[in-house]
Amino acid sequence: MNKVQQIVDWVDARFPATQLWESQWGKYVAPKNFNFWYYFGSLAMLVLVIQIVTGIFLTMNYKPDANLAFYSVEYIMRDVTGGWLIRYMHSTGASMFFVVVYLHMFRGLIYGSYQKPRELLWIFGMLIFLCLMAEAFLGYLLPWGQMSFWGAQVIVNLFSSIPVIGPDLSVWIRGDFVVSDATLNRFFALHVIAVPLVLLLLVALHLIALHEVGSNNPDGIEIKKQPKDEKTGLPLDGIYSHPYYSIKDIFGVVVFLIVFSAVVFFAPEMKGYFLEYNNFIPADPLKTPPHIAPVWYFTPFYAILRAVPSLFGTQVWGVLAMGAAVMIIALLPWLDRSPVKSIRYRGTLYKSILAVFIVAFIGLGILGALPATPVRTTLSQIFSVIYFGFFLAMPWYTKMDKTKPVPSRVTG
Amino acid sequence: MSNQIDSSKRRFLTVATGAVGGVAVVGAAVPFVASWFPSERAKAAGAPVEFDVGKMEPGEKVTIEWRGKPVWMVKRTDEMMASLGKLEAAKVLADASSEGSVQPDYCKNMHRSIKDHANILVAVGVCTHLGCSPTYRPDLAPADLGADWLGGFFCPCHGSKFDLAGRVYSSVPAPKNLDIPPHKYLSETKLLIGDDK
Repeated sequence: MNKVQQIVDWVDARFPATQLWESQWGKYVAPKNFNFWYYFGSLAMLVLVIQIVTGIFLTMNYKPDANLAFYSVEYIMRDVTGGWLIRYMHSTGASMFFVVVYLHMFRGLIYGSYQKPRELLWIFGMLIFLCLMAEAFLGYLLPWGQMSFWGAQVIVNLFSSIPVIGPDLSVWIRGDFVVSDATLNRFFALHVIAVPLVLLLLVALHLIALHEVGSNNPDGIEIKKQPKDEKTGLPLDGIYSHPYYSIKDIFGVVVFLIVFSAVVFFAPEMKGYFLEYNNFIPADPLKTPPHIAPVWYFTPFYAILRAVPSLFGTQVWGVLAMGAAVMIIALLPWLDRSPVKSIRYRGTLYKSILAVFIVAFIGLGILGALPATPVRTTLSQIFSVIYFGFFLAMPWYTKMDKTKPVPSRVTG
Repeated sequence: MSNQIDSSKRRFLTVATGAVGGVAVVGAAVPFVASWFPSERAKAAGAPVEFDVGKMEPGEKVTIEWRGKPVWMVKRTDEMMASLGKLEAAKVLADASSEGSVQPDYCKNMHRSIKDHANILVAVGVCTHLGCSPTYRPDLAPADLGADWLGGFFCPCHGSKFDLAGRVYSSVPAPKNLDIPPHKYLSETKLLIGDDK
């Protein structure tokens, strides 16, 4: 027995290291037909690590104080050695997190990865998405620029539209009658410690649940139900994650890092979509910038918020619609009544409705970034109806849809 | 002593322990939740502020800070004052008589100001929709606001419109007129904002 094996055995007798490695990755049997869409889970983990590491180093120079915050960020950008790189990695990482997670969620949508038995996996994923939105929103206040201030002002005021408790609730969230130093300080605490802890826990739960039920695949075939290969004892279409998917994911990481570096070094502001120009002006509680728009990843939901008019003298309906737009995604496992999982075996009806949904979602994203005009509001309202219609009518059209028979082996 | 396990007793004790522990957790959470309310310092920062309106030009708008919010003073001209009646007659306002809006009783009139200084508007410059600060647009019939615009305030965030007394137009997102803070005149031109006693 060699020395390394002796050390491993020593540890294994005291902590299930080998067992954890094998159940979570090394001997985890995954379908052999993963395609392009299956890069984004591991990439999301990579971005999470980038955010945590760059975030830790940013806190070493950042000051969560309304009088100092803006200038401490400028200090990081101009005077801290390599500070600009760390900050641009963090700000680009925030946007790339949403790029990767939106694509990851879209993969789940088209291949029916939320269907039985992966409902809980999907719910954990949705909770991660909620944490991510909270992280993005809380973190956006920290540079204490004009968009930080007024964005937080608008979003916190959403809560004040809730009847009866609303006004007190928004004061409680801010810790003051306006967004102020108290708000900044607590958002900082939530952004750097509270939400990341929850996020890490949820990621662990998401992975444990995935490795328990097994991965779905582009054909939506349960490889666990297949007969076992006589030689290997694995399902016919199953392979070990290591080394096969280790290699695949490393390739994905390399391509991703090329794109990521290109943004960080050549277009960190991304024409105002990743870092808004108004945020280079210090927060001024007395002056609202002429055009307020959230960062791109929130715009679809923001467009839904704006599309709903105030009824019965309250603005709460738009807030409810925006909340529902996020929550309804979590209900997909119970809304989809199709006998097949993957889009490959679905009929034209489902495919056309999905295409309309994609147009509506991207349309909402574009409209949410633009100032409101009557025509755009009408368009937002149409797209909002399509957005909700896609989910609410799903039990019917997925049942009516003419599906194709699913083969017993994956098609490559 | 019997070896029988009394499972109903065991269940009762489990539930009772859980319930008592739950009460303790809720109790322990109270100081943490309470720590999020405005601190004594934040509450004390709401002291009244003084402003001298004597130096204002007709039509001028001045912004000062009170409780961290922008407060506007507008010295309205005669044409501006006349526009308020015209808009009321045109029925374009959602709450022309300020029934559902926030103002002291002495400002619950068409001009939303103190009678002896009717031309001075004092308003909290925070949109009643989602808290942006509207822009002062005294210009008549500008291209972006239409030919019927008689001057007022326009919120850049979600397009709410207010007249020169802070009264909201109908069919815009803002549900209420702009708030009028409590205020009084200490002398002919010296204004105190935040206190009217």
